[in-house]
Amino acid sequence: MSTYTYDVVIIGSGAGGGTVAQALTPLVKGGRRVLVLERGPRLADDEFTGRELEMASQLYADGGGFLTAEGTMTLAFAHAYGGSTVVYTGTSLTAPERVIRGWSVPGLDYADLLRRSQRYLRENNVHLLEPERINENNRLFVDGGARAGYRVEQFPVNVTGCRGSSLCNLGCPNQAKQGTNRVQLPAAERAGVEVVTRAEALRIEPDRSVVVRVREKPDGGKGLPSEWESGEYRVPAKLVVCAGGAIGSTALLLRSPLPTPHSLGSGFTCHPALILVAEHPRAITNDVGHPKSYFVDRAAEEAFVLETCMYFPFTTAKALSGFGADHSAIMHAFPRLQMILLLACDRATPGNRIAVDRAGQPVVHYHFTRGTVGGLVGGSRASARIFFAAGAVRVHTPFADPPLLEQAEASQIDERISERYFREGSVSLSAAHLMGGCCMGGSAADSVTDSWGVVHGLPWLRVADASLFPDSLEINPYVTIMALADRVADGMLRDAPALLG
Amino acid sequence: MLEDLRPGFRALAQTVVPDASRLDAAGWTEVEGIVERALASRPPALRRQLRLLIRALEWLPFLYYGKRFSALDPVRRNRFLLRIQDSPLRLVRRGFWGLRTLILLGYYGRPGAAAEIGYRADSRGWEARR
Repeated sequence: MSTYTYDVVIIGSGAGGGTVAQALTPLVKGGRRVLVLERGPRLADDEFTGRELEMASQLYADGGGFLTAEGTMTLAFAHAYGGSTVVYTGTSLTAPERVIRGWSVPGLDYADLLRRSQRYLRENNVHLLEPERINENNRLFVDGGARAGYRVEQFPVNVTGCRGSSLCNLGCPNQAKQGTNRVQLPAAERAGVEVVTRAEALRIEPDRSVVVRVREKPDGGKGLPSEWESGEYRVPAKLVVCAGGAIGSTALLLRSPLPTPHSLGSGFTCHPALILVAEHPRAITNDVGHPKSYFVDRAAEEAFVLETCMYFPFTTAKALSGFGADHSAIMHAFPRLQMILLLACDRATPGNRIAVDRAGQPVVHYHFTRGTVGGLVGGSRASARIFFAAGAVRVHTPFADPPLLEQAEASQIDERISERYFREGSVSLSAAHLMGGCCMGGSAADSVTDSWGVVHGLPWLRVADASLFPDSLEINPYVTIMALADRVADGMLRDAPALLG
Repeated sequence: MLEDLRPGFRALAQTVVPDASRLDAAGWTEVEGIVERALASRPPALRRQLRLLIRALEWLPFLYYGKRFSALDPVRRNRFLLRIQDSPLRLVRRGFWGLRTLILLGYYGRPGAAAEIGYRADSRGWEARR
């Protein structure tokens, strides 16, 4: 096993790791060595083809089909240079003050988070898309939402030179999204931070070294070979930052022989999501243009958020209930389909947690509470109202039996869409906002880290990703992850003289 | 993995996606190749469970109709799978949901499926529509 020594090792290169890497460049300028380990590959610009299965298998863990232990929901998270910022839609919202106050994390100040968030909004070129770039799938949501009595808001997005491919979730083929792979990581590398891809952190040892396995580029795989030869490495460091996402960071700490707080793994939330589909009498522009430009936020009142969306053939087919002729008929109506992504604002509950199996692989336990199901049902009803108000002739919802509602049934939405049709294992639920597992808090008795991401009792070990969230954020999380990671990096710069020597 | 289960798998696929009945030999090879590749990286236990499920779905109809699933007419195939999909047992529903997902992956994951359903997303975005 080869040994390479660094001052700081950052595990993960997404919204958290990429932000920390850039923020620590003053250390590099002062002669310190900073390393980023990324499990996934570094893709060349022309390797983003927008082909659904090809890109999903290259970018997502388990091709996007990582299953919960109960087998009732899939979790989507990316392994790539830039982490999940490669596959998000670039929607850029700051955390609601109500949520941050509700977290009650001692020392975490909303004004501080907002100030840091705004810095990254500027750095990532966040703005509202011009009206002429909005497609009909989005415009129908605006019109239908207004007619149905909802407050529809436009998403600020972090794109530069967006051509409207609609393929954001497969990695932008035009490099328009300003993820950490486009902004923070290249800046960090230019300043001297080293990034090693295809490098999986196996465990962190009590002597502060990270044991790493570097894999060869597989035959037929995308991306550049790793910067290091394949094999196992020991990387001693003075400061270690876990930024591998809620599942990655939590699983890494669980399989590391460290005296971590007992709440490690708990507090997992994920905004369980449903793709809802409606058919219009005519073709609309749906698979061209930025897919996610508007939203309706009912989190505080009804525990759901609705967002415009447009997915790919397999993802859409999977999201629809049932099978056979009715299912095929909806698929053949693709050019006439309007879609809404419904996110339930779930709460941290004792049973929902991240664990590892005997091989050290992550296992996510997730049960749907009545509150979460209520959010899904309420959001399904609201979506149906918006669809019909926008002129849809039929609406598909998994919370109705049969799942198709005709326009004539628009007045019976509350009766037809009901939680009595929610049956785990027969509804296609997925989640991409994975949060918690290394939650912030006041002490080791109730949390894993303090509000600066310092693991209780281990001042050399930091966490800087969505695993810090002690509960659901209730909005798209990347800006808040960056703000928290920026705060974690500030804490490291503050503590560097003592910890780095 | 599907080699000795092919008749049962194809009958299930044609029931889940009726359009699959129009697939030629090359089309089936494409569908099954996608499914095999997706399963290759999954744990062996999951692959075993899936084989068991396909076998069970092929033979269970014998109890109801005196015929294997692949020997049933489309109406009875549909009726049988609806019963499985709506099973009171979560384990059964989960198993069927997983199999259905794999079939949809194989069918709609083919590049040709996009054209069949009118999906036209293009890397060039708006420019491709002008």
